[in-house]
Amino acid sequence: MARIIVVTSGKGGVGKTTTSASISTGLAKRGHKTVVIDFDVGLRNLDLIMNCERRVVYDFVNVIQGEATLNQALIKDKRVDTLFILPASQTREKEALTKDGVEKVINELSETFDYIVCDSPAGIEHGALMALYYADEAIVVTNPEVSSVRDSDRILGILQSKSRRAEMGQDPVKEHLLLTRYNPDRVERGEMLSVTDVEEILAIPLLGVIPESQVVLNASNQGLPVILEDQSDAGQAYDDAVARLLGEEREHRFMTSQKKGFFSRMFKGG
Amino acid sequence: MSFLDYFRSKKTNTASVAKERLQIIVAHERGQRDMPDYLPQLQKELLDVIRKYVQISDDMVQVDVDRNESCSVLELNVTLPEK
Repeated sequence: MARIIVVTSGKGGVGKTTTSASISTGLAKRGHKTVVIDFDVGLRNLDLIMNCERRVVYDFVNVIQGEATLNQALIKDKRVDTLFILPASQTREKEALTKDGVEKVINELSETFDYIVCDSPAGIEHGALMALYYADEAIVVTNPEVSSVRDSDRILGILQSKSRRAEMGQDPVKEHLLLTRYNPDRVERGEMLSVTDVEEILAIPLLGVIPESQVVLNASNQGLPVILEDQSDAGQAYDDAVARLLGEEREHRFMTSQKKGFFSRMFKGG
Repeated sequence: MSFLDYFRSKKTNTASVAKERLQIIVAHERGQRDMPDYLPQLQKELLDVIRKYVQISDDMVQVDVDRNESCSVLELNVTLPEK
């Protein structure tokens, strides 16, 4: 049985796809057979972030509608052996994702994979509900900013009431907070919500804190999951998050500002 | 931050404003989320029953549901007008 993990947030642009790419790559790098599914029908982007956009032939909806087999649609990652990508359809209606159709695909994947990572679209509409419905665990990607935190709380409510686990009265979906675009300098200046602030408001366990970093954009420009930039702070922070997801204890890093000297502050304008 | 700003008095801490606002709105929205769907109808019917005996306005009846682990409590607050 595979562990099904949804990467969700409610709000758009907080780093769901970046996170899905890195978490799935990280899991696969540790030898777990992993598939990452793009649920954003019509706005496919996981393929770009993972650098396989030109290898897409069939997609998720093709498989649901029996126009292709899973093996035809799955794209094998070129960097990590045990990683596969199931791209979203770019041309179909969102409603092409049906509960039964998604279940069929997830069940089939469950037979051979250890981890199924579901990259949710933004919002709380059909696509987002489908992405979270079958989840065992949820990574709630949040920016330290008011609208993102509020939307995360909304999505937590939906996980607790509309997921299959909730409907069936099973153990609830295990929730993880992943704080992204974190800027410790601004937190210290009182301009940004701190990790503890967000933890206090959302009241779910912290999986990791990804510092705001230029490396993230540079990596996505090249179609490289940022976790593979293993010298960078953001890459290492994602690696820590994957380790914690697998039950390892790791201390949180990159949460305090790198103190600048008086002179560099004067000449670089703080 | 420019060189002079560095010596000026600290600006308001906007993060704490954000936190306070979020705590209020999130608590409010969580409260509504846990409400059963039948609550508005229940409130309306209760109001009708009470009105048979006492003249009260809509905002004088408050219906809340408090959920604990083992049970739920339906809390009904009716403010009666002064005689």
